Amino acid sequence: MKLTLKVWRQKNAENKGEFKTYQMDHVSEDMSFLEMFDVLNDDLVRKGEDTVAFDHDCREGICGMCSMYINGRPHGPLKGTTTCQLHMRHFKDGETITVEPWRATAFPIIKDLMVDRSAFDRIIQAGGYISINTGNAVDANSTPIPKLDADKAFDAASCIGCGACVATCKNASAMLFVSAKVSQLALLPQGQPERHQRVKKMVEIMDAEGFGNCTNTGACEVECPKGISLENIARMNRDFLVANVVD
Amino acid sequence: MATVTAGIIQSSIGRKYLMALSGLFLCTFLIVHMLGNLALFKDDGGQAFNEYTYFMTHNPLIKIIAYVNYAFILLHIFYSLTLTIYNRKARPESYALVNQSKSATWSSRNMGILGSVILIFLIVHMRTFWFEMKFGTMPTIQYDGNDMVLKDMYSVVAEAFSQVWYVALYVVSMFAIAFHLYHGFQSGFQTLGINHHKYTPIIKNIGMILFAVIIPALFAAMPLYFLILNL
Repeated sequence: MKLTLKVWRQKNAENKGEFKTYQMDHVSEDMSFLEMFDVLNDDLVRKGEDTVAFDHDCREGICGMCSMYINGRPHGPLKGTTTCQLHMRHFKDGETITVEPWRATAFPIIKDLMVDRSAFDRIIQAGGYISINTGNAVDANSTPIPKLDADKAFDAASCIGCGACVATCKNASAMLFVSAKVSQLALLPQGQPERHQRVKKMVEIMDAEGFGNCTNTGACEVECPKGISLENIARMNRDFLVANVVD
Repeated sequence: MATVTAGIIQSSIGRKYLMALSGLFLCTFLIVHMLGNLALFKDDGGQAFNEYTYFMTHNPLIKIIAYVNYAFILLHIFYSLTLTIYNRKARPESYALVNQSKSATWSSRNMGILGSVILIFLIVHMRTFWFEMKFGTMPTIQYDGNDMVLKDMYSVVAEAFSQVWYVALYVVSMFAIAFHLYHGFQSGFQTLGINHHKYTPIIKNIGMILFAVIIPALFAAMPLYFLILNL
């Protein structure tokens, strides 16, 4: 396939960026989107030009490192798919593809398509854990958990923290991410002792990091590669109110 | 209590509660406003409507609710502006290409524009009716079987709705309200933490059928009725 790539190039957070256009003449439709960028970078190295920086790690769709805002959508046009699992056969021969980094105050650009998502880490550090002393592993059956609760907690826990929700939200809100991390523990007995403290602290840091306010457009749920549900946001809103009234 | 409220209002979620609560209150107000105004359709020279207007402007409980209503409108506007400013700051540099039509409804992405149309409408609406009723010189009328002299709001309404541009403004504004509430009504519940596999579909249907179709359609029918009557 032949493709025209319009790629955002930016030296660092301070410099102004711009689009650069690259012609790709030999793209295989079996390549993943990231493999196509590997080919592009290989070309750039041969020409002695600066390669395009982008995040990636497992390339199996489970780590949450890859990003890229492709043709106006995070992780590209496919539902429930990360950029590394997006294959070139989903694009047309001769198509022009626009690739931008996630754009949000809370995600400053490191270089080109690579953004600093450590704001998410700081939100987790604020309360996205349970405090337990180590010791012998407790028998799993000693704490019965209804199947439905366990399933919901697991669904919330499948969030890989890629930031697509922030990227697609017109308000750059991190509510889907934070609510998934609040819910995965709020739904389980182990998460109860710190439940109120957790939601208050995590929301506080979320606000301090400069994420926007949710207006319930629901774009995050549609674009999330792991299908995290808006139900989590409602649960967090509920918990936040209860936590502020009770504590 | 003061620290509880402060703790809530200073957070993004707290400000959204206020948006949701004020918005949902205004939704209930719309139902009452619409039901009362149905008196306009009664072919009795405006007696039913003028008596209703008298009741609404003299009942002390209604008066209190009216001021709460004004306060909520101002609160809703204030927080929508605050939230919009925050949200602009959260993404100072916008994308060159955005393709959101597949992921979010048009109304949910344009609440600010829809709200601004509604605000312009409200200013015109309040100037024509509320301001005249309170501070203007109104024509008066007396009906058989009622010894009170009533302000003749009915004829003011009929007069306003005889102008094509005025009716057009109303009809366009009702579309704005329809789309605003199509997103707003169900969104309010989600913000308040009410999201349930059984009840959320019902809430969404109420938002769609009652608040995005029936109420705006009946409101739009009122100016159209007078316009047609005048033909």
